[in-house]
Amino acid sequence: MRDRNASRSTPARQLAPLCALLAVLLAVASAALAAGDTGTGTRAPRLTIPAEAGGKCVEDTAFMRRNHMELLKHQRDRTVHEGVRTTQHSLANCVTCHADGQTRRVTGSKDAFCEGCHSYAGVKLDCFECHSDRPKPAVAGAAPGRAPQ
Amino acid sequence: MSEVDRGRRQILAWGAAMAGVVIAPGVTLFDLAHGRPPAERASAKVRWGMLVDANKCASDCNACVVACDTEHALPAAKTATSAQWIRKVELKDMRGGKTRSAPVMCQHCADPPCVDVCPTGASFKRADGIVLVDRHTCIGCRYCMMACPYAARSFVHEPVTGQLPDVPRGKGCVESCTLCVHRIDRDRIPACVEACAATGHKALLFGDLNDPGSEIAQRIAALGAAALRADLKLDPGVRYAGL
Repeated sequence: MRDRNASRSTPARQLAPLCALLAVLLAVASAALAAGDTGTGTRAPRLTIPAEAGGKCVEDTAFMRRNHMELLKHQRDRTVHEGVRTTQHSLANCVTCHADGQTRRVTGSKDAFCEGCHSYAGVKLDCFECHSDRPKPAVAGAAPGRAPQ
Repeated sequence: MSEVDRGRRQILAWGAAMAGVVIAPGVTLFDLAHGRPPAERASAKVRWGMLVDANKCASDCNACVVACDTEHALPAAKTATSAQWIRKVELKDMRGGKTRSAPVMCQHCADPPCVDVCPTGASFKRADGIVLVDRHTCIGCRYCMMACPYAARSFVHEPVTGQLPDVPRGKGCVESCTLCVHRIDRDRIPACVEACAATGHKALLFGDLNDPGSEIAQRIAALGAAALRADLKLDPGVRYAGL
């Protein structure tokens, strides 16, 4: 009786199910890590959409992430009502720098600058229901009346 | 010589002419508000306006309408509901048979009824007299369309694609002629005026109504140009001669 009990409760036999469970957990975790890993060492998916034009944004990146909508709203009222056409905080300026290299758009796919981040963050993006999501052609705006010299 | 160079030379010429009009040392009668820098607000010193000379407008010519459609990416194929910012109107005297043709668009009234009735403040008049719709606050109620005696405004019924960067427009808003505000802000003349000049008719003239020395002010005085529906006393910025 004592022998049978002793054989059942050996440390090896007690640990066997625990080891199996641990192995399964490890496998699941590593698979999840492999799927979600974007090289940043975190399990959460991260967005990496670079600005096509490169260089520096009109304001600090962290500030822009949080406040770009306020800058745009302020600029839009100044432009529509007062005719101020400075480009630093204009939507057209955003689109010029951030349009995708291939599609030349800031919407249209998850890799596009505006739509990518807005869909990631789950925030509705309605600027481009009216505004163009492509940069202004190089000739327009500057001085189309100017003939090539 | 390009259009920009011509414009600059004209401004220089006006400047030289104005320099003579001095009230007191250092105080000139007229201020040159042209060539406004991008960071400067539109000024109430200017009042942009247009002169339509029906004597020069050809009834078979549609260049202003085509230029407007192209400039603002409006649908070229017109349906019953598509937006139209400028249209050609034919007038015929039923006894004499004499016909007259002229474009009609937003008249950019000094006292615009569309602004009076707008419940959200979306219809507004800019400091330099241009009457506009702020689409960010337009709720599409269309009161302004009913108030406008010139039937100048359109409602956008369908989703819009292919907008140009300078001309955002979309479904659910009222819109009308902006006097090509995006061009004026960059010291260019409206697309219809440019197209009319290109055809050689030169029936449209754009300029500053507040400046008595401007070509438009002088020609309005010389031709005795009048407002459409002058009885309404809306003081429109668009004047017609020879109707």
